[in-house]
Order: sequence, then C-alpha cells, then structure tokens
Amino acid sequence: MAVDVNFMVGGEAGQGVQSVGFLLAKAFARGGYHVFADQDYESRIRGGHNFFRVRVKDSRVEAIAEAVDMLIALNRETIDLHQAELAQGGIILLDREKIKGIGGNGNFFSVPLERLAKEKAGNKLMANTTALGVALGLVEYDFEILEEVLREHFGTGEIGEGNIKAAKAGYEYARENVRGGLAYHLSPISDVGRMLLNGSEALALGAIAAGCKFMAGYPMTPSTPILEYMAAKAEELDLVVLQPEDEISAINMVIGAGYAGVRAMTATSGSGFCLMVEGLGLAGMTETPVVVVDGQRPGPAIGLPTRTEQGDLEFVLHAAHGEFPRAVLAPATVEDAFWLTIKAFNLAEKYQLPVIILTDHHLASSYNTVDGFDLSKVGVDRGLLFSPENVDELSGYKRHRITKSGISPRAFPGQKGVLVATDADEHDEAGHLIEDAEIRTQMMRKRLRKLLNLKKEIAAPQLYGPKKVEATLIGWGSTHGAIGEAVDILRNEGASVNWLHLTELWPFPAEAVAKALGSAQTSLVIENNATGQLAHLIRAETGKKISRQILKYDGRPFTPAYIVREVKKEAY
Amino acid sequence: MVTMSDYAGSKPTWCPGCGNFDILSAVKTALVELNIEPHQVLMVSGIGQAGKLPHYTRCNILNVLHGRTLPAATGAKIANPELIVIAVAGDGDGYGEGGNHFIHAMRRNHDITYLVHDNQVYGLTKGQASPTSDAGFVTKTTPGGATTPLNPLALAIACDASFVSRGFAGDIEHLTNLIKMGITHKGFALIDVLQPCVTFNHKNTYSWYRERVYKLEGETNYNPSDRLAALAKAQEWGEQIPIGVIYRKQRATFEEQLPALNKGPLVKQKIEPKRIKGLLDEFL
Repeated sequence: MAVDVNFMVGGEAGQGVQSVGFLLAKAFARGGYHVFADQDYESRIRGGHNFFRVRVKDSRVEAIAEAVDMLIALNRETIDLHQAELAQGGIILLDREKIKGIGGNGNFFSVPLERLAKEKAGNKLMANTTALGVALGLVEYDFEILEEVLREHFGTGEIGEGNIKAAKAGYEYARENVRGGLAYHLSPISDVGRMLLNGSEALALGAIAAGCKFMAGYPMTPSTPILEYMAAKAEELDLVVLQPEDEISAINMVIGAGYAGVRAMTATSGSGFCLMVEGLGLAGMTETPVVVVDGQRPGPAIGLPTRTEQGDLEFVLHAAHGEFPRAVLAPATVEDAFWLTIKAFNLAEKYQLPVIILTDHHLASSYNTVDGFDLSKVGVDRGLLFSPENVDELSGYKRHRITKSGISPRAFPGQKGVLVATDADEHDEAGHLIEDAEIRTQMMRKRLRKLLNLKKEIAAPQLYGPKKVEATLIGWGSTHGAIGEAVDILRNEGASVNWLHLTELWPFPAEAVAKALGSAQTSLVIENNATGQLAHLIRAETGKKISRQILKYDGRPFTPAYIVREVKKEAY
Repeated sequence: MVTMSDYAGSKPTWCPGCGNFDILSAVKTALVELNIEPHQVLMVSGIGQAGKLPHYTRCNILNVLHGRTLPAATGAKIANPELIVIAVAGDGDGYGEGGNHFIHAMRRNHDITYLVHDNQVYGLTKGQASPTSDAGFVTKTTPGGATTPLNPLALAIACDASFVSRGFAGDIEHLTNLIKMGITHKGFALIDVLQPCVTFNHKNTYSWYRERVYKLEGETNYNPSDRLAALAKAQEWGEQIPIGVIYRKQRATFEEQLPALNKGPLVKQKIEPKRIKGLLDEFL
C-alpha cells in the first residue's frame, strides 16, 4: 500500500514547533522518503498559535494534505483548533500532565513529555524533542536516523546529547506503551537520503551557483532566509552580503554592482518591492542587469506578514513608470526555484534588464525533498561582452550602441581604453543625457527590441494530461503541487480535465497559452488572489476569456482537496 | 602623464557664473594632479544641476536617480574596489531625498569621495528651499521662510564619518586640495562645497560667502581628530564660516572588512557553479 502520512505539530511560538517539524521531516527524508512540509506561524516572537505540517510519502509529494494522521499537540489550543482535522484512525499525541480535561472524539496517546524530558535529559524544555521521539516511536521508525539528525542539528556537545536522551525517552515510552498499534508503520525505505530544503534555500543556492557575488537585502518576511543563508555562506563562497538601510538602497546598490560587472541580487516581499520600483525603472533605463526576488505575501500595506498570496503578478508586470523590457519568472516548486534563479541571472545579463523572480510565502517557507541538482547542467551566459582590444579609437566605446537586436556589448568600468557611461535620463549611444526627439525614439525602440529575442527564451507552459478535454485548469507559480494533485484526483474519478501551469510569465508565452486553451470547453484559473490576475493577463495577451476562477485570498495556501471541492461545485 | 585635456568633456549647460564651474575645474585639476587616468575613475551622480557634472568631464559615469547616488556608488565600489569612486550630488539630492543613505554610508565607511554641491537652494526645479536653506529663506514653496536647516557637517561627525570637510567654490585652489585629500583618504570622505547659485539664491552669494569663510588650515590649535571640537566647529555658521578639514579619523573601511575581497575585486573573480557542491551536501 502506498505510504501517505500527514503529521502536524502545533504549539505556541517559543515551544519549538519549528524544530520538531523540521527534524521530523529531516528524519524521513534521510530514510529515503519524499516529504513536503509547510509552516503556519504568526507575526510574533512568543505565544500565539503555530503549526508545522509534515507529509510523508513513498512517491513524489508537492502539496499539503488536510486530514491529519498524527497531531502532536504541544499545547491545548492545538487540540481545540485541529482536532476536527484528524483523519479516520488518526492519533493525538499530548501530555495529560500539562493539558487537562481533554475529551471528545479522537484517539489520544498521552505521554508525560515534560516529566520524561526532565528525568532523562535533565531539562524539561526538551519536551518538544521527547514528543519527536514519541512520534517516531509510534510509527516504528529507525531511532538511529533520528539520533544522527539530532546530533547534526544540535551539535555533539551537551545540548545534542541531551536532546538525544530526551528523544530516546519518548521513543521508548511510545514503543512500550502503545496498544494496538497504528494502521501504518514507517521504516526507512532507502539508504540514500534525499535533499530537504525550502524555497528560499533553493533560490539562494541557485543564485550562488549562477555566480551572484553581491546580495543586498533588507530583512522582510518571507525573503529574509535568502539573505541569511547567503550571509552565512559569504566567507566560504566569496560573496558580499550587505544589509542596507532600506530596500531603496538595496536595489540601487545592486544596480551599482550590476553596472560594474558583478552578478547581483536583492530579495524582499511585495511591500519592500514597492520601495524598489523607482530603482527597477533605473535598471530598465540604464540597461543594467539585476535580479529582484519578490516573495509575495498578502497586501496591501503590511497585510498578513507571515501568510501567503499571489497578489503581485500585475504589480510586477507594470511596476515603475515608463515602458521598458523586463522578465518575470515564478518558480513552481522548490526544485524549480533553483533552476529558474539561474535562468534569471542569465536573462538579466544577456538582455541587460531587470528580472523579477516572483515567489511567495508558501514556496519560500515550505520544505520539499529534491533528488539533487546536477551542477554540470548549470549554464552561465553573460551575454555580449565588449573587449577593450576592439575599441574604435575614433568613436570610442559606446555603452548603448544601437544594434539590430537592441543589445549593446557590455564593458565594465575600470578597463584601460574604455569609458562606460550611462544615465538615468534619456541618453545617446555614448550614455550622455539628451533631449533630442529622434534619439529618444531610437533608444526606446532599441530597448524594447530586446523583447523579441527575450520572448524566444521563455519556455512554453507545461500542459499535463490529454489535449482534448472538457475543462482546462490553469495555475501559476507555487500552486503547482496542489493543482497537480487535484488534477490526479479528478482524473482518477473520471473527470475530463487537463492542466496548464505557467512559471515563465513575462514576456508572456501568448501563442502557447492560446493553443493550449483552444480545445477546452471550459477554462478555470486557480489563483491565490482575489481578482484573478492571471485570468486578466491571459485575456489581455490572448483574447481568451477564462470561464471560471477559483480564488483564495485568506492568506493560506491551497490544498488539493480544496481545489477538488471547488472544481466540483459547478458542472463544466 | 595625465593632463587637463584627458578630462575634457562636453560643454556645460549651467548658468553663466554658476559655482558649479569652479567645482568642475577643481575636480579635474585634483584628478590631474593625482595623476589618475579617466578609466580608473567612476563618477556616480544623482539628479539636479550637480548631477550633470560627470558629463562635463571624461571618465566612467553612472548617473542615477535623485537621492540614490550613494547606494549606487556603494554597489559599484564593492564590485570593483580598484575604481576610484566619486559620488556627486547637490544639497537637495544628497541631504533631502538621499538623507537616509547619507547617514548609513558614513556609518559603514565605504571608500567613496562624496562631493556635495551645496547651494542652499533647488536649481533644476527653479528656486525652492533646500534642506540647507538658511532659516527664513523665502521661496515660492516657503513663502513664510524656510525652517531650521540641516547641518550636514555636524550630522557627518555624529555618524563618525572618517573625513568631513567643507570647501568653497570661490576658492578653487583650496577646494582642489580638499578633493585631493578626499580621494586619497581611505574611507568615506564628505566634501560639502559652498556653491553660490547666481540665479535662485540672492542671499548666499559669492560676496556673502567671501565675507564669512575662513580657512581652518590657518588655525594652529585646531585639531580635526578631536570629535567634540569638530562638532563645535561644525556649529559655526553666520558671521564666521570655517572651510577645510573639520573632522578626520582613521578607521577600517567597509570594503577592507570583506573577506570576499581578499581574493581581488569581485568583478575579476570567476563564476564556478560547481563550488556549491559542498553546500548541496549539507541538505542531505
């Protein structure tokens, strides 16, 4: 029977919910399982209600599930809020010495977590690790793997050994006291573990692999982990990571570095991106390669800081005044975040323009197992570069030389015989400011002409399922996992559906989308926003009207089951 | 040998008699006297009449948005510390729109020379009050008179900027010398230049400044490394206006403290995707 087990760890901020959830995911990934894990937390340092879901399968998994097989309740609120989500035969793990008066439905398994942690590890604060041990004991997982993971996470010192003792106490308690056992057992299925990482980490790795050597970023959820990861690796990988005074400074620093010839990036959320908009236009005007990550969260303004949304699509497509070319890429999965980030750097330099990577809180903070990244497949294309030996003594180097492709060979300042000049004002080929109508027109045409070849670099969206169907489901970015699984469920039930998923959004792959939608009677967009922004874009770019919209804007990600329910609400 | 003709740029569009001509002349002379070649220099400028200065000389030019001169200059300097980076701004550009960047660039001590053409008025937008306009200065946007001005030198000292100075466009030789000191200084060098605006500022004119400025170089008992004395000196404005080096401190530059730059400028370092192999293994 296929394995598909869903764990949920809940508690208040400061109780170690995140570490229990992460270590649970890590232990299963180490044993060869596929894992998808997401975090739900509030914008506070202590208290509140947080949970971490870990879904374990023996085949590819990219989405969360609704029904909880094991609820690890570190406080009472977790039970009150999530008891109803328990699957048939599900179990609630709790400490009745701390959580009193719990009744009702549910298969409870009480463990004196704090007492065990205090007795066996000498520290009641390690009760969360004891709970982790209990969870793995209940499913009869291999304790040695957990021990290894704990040692790596907490170190080989006193804290590491204490946590191992705390976990072992829980693990043994579960094995001795569980009656009847669970309906499932999870034993390691492979000696070869999988990589487990979140979207932010995958994106940061992609950036470093692509040769990003300068990162400037102002901390803001959900993009802070990109900044922190790169800062942690700066010394080892010869990177410069700078936390400037604000997002305005961040993007302008990145433009300075890009102009000087270094691959550079900044990362923020939609709210921080608002401050970068003027800089985005500067990159467009000066034809400076920059990569900007917008990790979307619900807006407007501060919105829901620690939640998810896909509300910035139309914003990033049009951000900044004036008209200039740009590219917008929206990774679908953790794995995709790595590869699309590399593509972003190549497009930015090849076409000398800003490239926006549109992620969101869900992708940024969710963990997923990945088979690995084949580094021999990482291509670096720095575009047309000017060599000083070729400089024409008479006319000199011209940074914005008008060419057929619109791309002017790039030189970096500091090379003998070459002066690199560019201007935020409209400028001539040499980069000096002008007001001449004719040159202005030529320069606008030159910059916009870059779109012609850029468009050819945009991969056509993937169409899953048969070509001739009654309904086509359409999504973009991080909803990939949830929609994909929903499509499988619907098709298994006999529905005539296929699915079109977009990740490379601008320049818009209009022909491919029009073709894919040509044969379906009904089209449904599924978006984590309130107005159906992709539906607008499809209408604008292909003339095709989307028949239905499944929109979610409560700050929470889609589940496959939610999509299935919504699709079935109306006949198509 | 570098000569003045190496720095010959296009013809300025400034008003005749503008203090900017003097500043341009001082910058070019300083670069020639330091024997720096144009390709070694990057001028980063903002928006306003000062922002046009780089175009009237010859060197690498990155003209950016209003107020964003210092962040762009910072990014370029980190990418290639071999460049001699001179940021050029006006008082509105540098102290108004770019005020936050000004504070933090000084705090971090990037090795950048910051030339602020301080004419105490907005020129390009035709005569409105600037952050350094004298209190009571009447303009179309301040009919009741401008409010308390910003004191850029005192602010710079508070931020522990490592080189804080003031020049006067009416004394090109003195200004040239200050610019030379600023360029050779390791760290952030602020040169606030009193620049008469002959069109929109009829108060702070050449003769108004000439009657008031005095050189600190002649003060035998003034010690620019004494931070509190410097702060007191920075308060002088009105009957007596000091020019010269107000404050100076040797401290590590931001760039010197970046381990990544030990292997040479970032722009010269190779891109090696396979170097992340070790990082990938950490996720197993």
